[in-house]
Amino acid sequence: MIGALLGLGIVLRFPLPPSLFPMQDTTRGKTVYVKWCAGCHGDGGAGDGPAAAHMLPRPRNFTGALYKIRTTASGQLPTDADLMRAIDEGLPGTAMPAWKGRLSDGERRDVVAYIKTFSSFFADTSQHVAALKFSSEPGGATGAAALDTGRQFYDSIGCRKCHGDQGRGDGPSAPTLKDDAGFPIFAADLHQSWRFRGGGSAADIYHRLRTGLDGTPMPWFSDLIDQKFLTDEQLWRLAQYVRSLSPPEAPEVRDVIHAPQITRTVPASPDDSVWGRVSRYWFPLVGQVVRKARWFAPAVTGVWVQAVHDGHTLALRVSWDDRTQSPDSAWLGFEQRVLETVAGDDSAPPKAEPWPDQLAVQFPRHIPDGMERPYFLMGSETDPVYQWRWTSRPRKSVAGLARGIERFDTLSGAPAGQASFDHGEWRLVFTRALATPDTANEVQLEAGRAIPVAFFGWDGSSGEHGSRMAVSTWYFLALDRPTPPGVFISPVLAMLVTLGLGLVVVRRARRRGTAGAGRRR
Amino acid sequence: MGKLGVVAATGVAMLTLAGWMRPPLPAAQGGATISGKVKFTGAKPAMPKIDMSEEPKCKAKYTAAPPTDEAVVVNANGTLDNVFVYVKSGLPASYKAPAPAGPVTLDQDGCRYHPHVFGILVGQALAIKNSDGILHNIKAKGTKNRPFNISQPTTMTSERTFTAPEVMVPLECNVHGWMHAWLGVLPHPFFSVSGSDGSFTIKGLPPGTYTVEAWHEKYGAQTATVTVAGSETKTADFSFAAK
Ligand code: HEC
Ligand code: HEC
Repeated sequence: MIGALLGLGIVLRFPLPPSLFPMQDTTRGKTVYVKWCAGCHGDGGAGDGPAAAHMLPRPRNFTGALYKIRTTASGQLPTDADLMRAIDEGLPGTAMPAWKGRLSDGERRDVVAYIKTFSSFFADTSQHVAALKFSSEPGGATGAAALDTGRQFYDSIGCRKCHGDQGRGDGPSAPTLKDDAGFPIFAADLHQSWRFRGGGSAADIYHRLRTGLDGTPMPWFSDLIDQKFLTDEQLWRLAQYVRSLSPPEAPEVRDVIHAPQITRTVPASPDDSVWGRVSRYWFPLVGQVVRKARWFAPAVTGVWVQAVHDGHTLALRVSWDDRTQSPDSAWLGFEQRVLETVAGDDSAPPKAEPWPDQLAVQFPRHIPDGMERPYFLMGSETDPVYQWRWTSRPRKSVAGLARGIERFDTLSGAPAGQASFDHGEWRLVFTRALATPDTANEVQLEAGRAIPVAFFGWDGSSGEHGSRMAVSTWYFLALDRPTPPGVFISPVLAMLVTLGLGLVVVRRARRRGTAGAGRRR
Repeated sequence: MGKLGVVAATGVAMLTLAGWMRPPLPAAQGGATISGKVKFTGAKPAMPKIDMSEEPKCKAKYTAAPPTDEAVVVNANGTLDNVFVYVKSGLPASYKAPAPAGPVTLDQDGCRYHPHVFGILVGQALAIKNSDGILHNIKAKGTKNRPFNISQPTTMTSERTFTAPEVMVPLECNVHGWMHAWLGVLPHPFFSVSGSDGSFTIKGLPPGTYTVEAWHEKYGAQTATVTVAGSETKTADFSFAAK
């Protein structure tokens, strides 16, 4: 016994090259795995941890060794660096967190070694694993010619079959898509590059097009270069075109929506040209997981909000990506699969129904003086909230008081609501007088005050209705005051300011025009 | 090295060369045959029609009758089409598979795979052909073989090989969710697929006792034990019942 320990001591004192000690990383890796990963990925790595049943996409099943984010050919194993990258950065738009900074370099390296032990493919020396040679990005990424070329290949390859004509994941094949485990999978919304699993830069997109995303319907396109269907540079143009569909930077969440005052009457239509000149604000939405029935797979990932007023009326435009104009019978089968995949906590067996799409905007009944606000999740019995609710079918808007998720009492004064659906995007404008007679229940929209506001979204074709919804927290709406009359501006200065502003607007519009030309066809 | 040594070495070299230069072995290393029919009993299931309106090019190829799902194809004579029949075990350990002849072709025509069920040797090339000229992706979802997922936006042919025996590797197109094919990957050429008369033939077997399996995508697998000697032909019939 003592001899054995001494022997071990000697062995440990004279460290051998790591290759002779292959068990070393994996044992430490296992400790990391059990502590941090098994809850989702399962003890045996089969992607079936206790938390997995609520997730879409499901945690990776490591036993099949199919990985989405690789630098290797379709079907090849990932390199260690690929696995490390996925663990470091996480997979945006999914439950997979980024671990860089949370785990040490050594811990992450060890856990890579450990997850490879779940599949015998990694031990099979006949498996060919080599990173593809990627070229570097050609210049001229945002030029109209580059984007035109990209769009041309988007059409000629047929990306629209899955991703849709404008890229919002609404193509004709989209409702039939499943991953290799048989779970429903959405064709990515190409307008939200910040949610791409492998990163949102043009280079990331190019890499995904070269390699495909194994285990999903998304194929690789490297073969097309070999077969001279397109050149490597043209594939880059395609990546750059896809990149141009999303904002240049991932949207930053700002707390306050500024509603400028305009001199004409506010636009009631969502497609009025005024909206092209007003800033938009992004508000992320998350699944409602506080109250039963909880919902873990929200389809509406966020809303873009714009607002203007004219001193009498407020116009609030909410636009959001939604693949379907619900109810849509083509998606009923998909809805059924989603409901069966994402375990809910209501007792009834999941059953797809033709629910409409819905959107709600919520305010307190009165603008609070301090930071006190009603409960964000639709108020409570004693402290209700004032809401505008819109449904896609029947197409209508109502106002009312919500007293918690379950109870909604309609009020007589409804806001006007106008909506249009275009290639996977809803655009909805609510208009309402700033001041109304029912001051007890309806928020009075005063300029210069911070008015709390929150948003809720439902995608009927994902089975969302009632408490199965996407929610935001409280933000603020501020109606800007007109320039106070007392302020004196010298006529010359005023002229210069207007001129300068005009130039900026024109230049912006031109720039948008060219970007738009590549985008919308 | 003595003279004798040189001669011996040359001899060995020549023998090796001869072996190397010999034309590839014929597909058969024996002369026995197993053949039979795959019967079907019970009510013939109605297969759903496939709506190809999204692909006018494909739809136009079905002038007589609209295409239907191919999961169960019962022949006019009451036999079952598309059953993969193969030697599951029984080959002598010394058995060496012949070098595969040319590639096996899988054609995508009319937004369907032709053939729907087929076999291939380990290492043999699979030529995947797109005759439709519209976007297909071809995904192989084996578990013993590494998968692949390639795209073919136009008329073109891509080649792939498989490294490990696997019955069956599912093939599918995600653009057209109804397109499925099944590929049996084997280390030997002793397989056959029942045709439009329900019959199959496995030729060139060395003498021995074999476990023969008949596999159907909907009705599962059945086995039979068959002993053959010399160049005789033995019959093995299978029968699948409606579920
Ligand atoms: C909260 C749940 C959760 C935890 C905890 C978690 N993962 Fe994941 N992981 C996921 C999900 C979900 C996916 C699949 C995402 C997808 O398919 O898009 C995933 C995918 C992965 C992938 C696949 C990447 C690829 O390219 O396909 C790897 C590798 C991975 N996780 C490693 C880990 C490691 C290592 C840990 C622990 C340090 C861990 N995960 C912890 C949820 C989790
Ligand atoms: C057969 C359907 C299909 C086709 C065809 C297809 N895609 Fe995809 N694509 C998908 C699916 C499904 C996903 C989502 C994968 C996931 O969620 O992990 C995806 C994801 C993506 C992503 C996001 C990658 C990431 O890191 O998350 C991009 C970018 C993309 N596709 C671009 C394209 C382009 C460009 C084309 C045409 C050249 C194309 N796709 C063709 C189904 C398809």
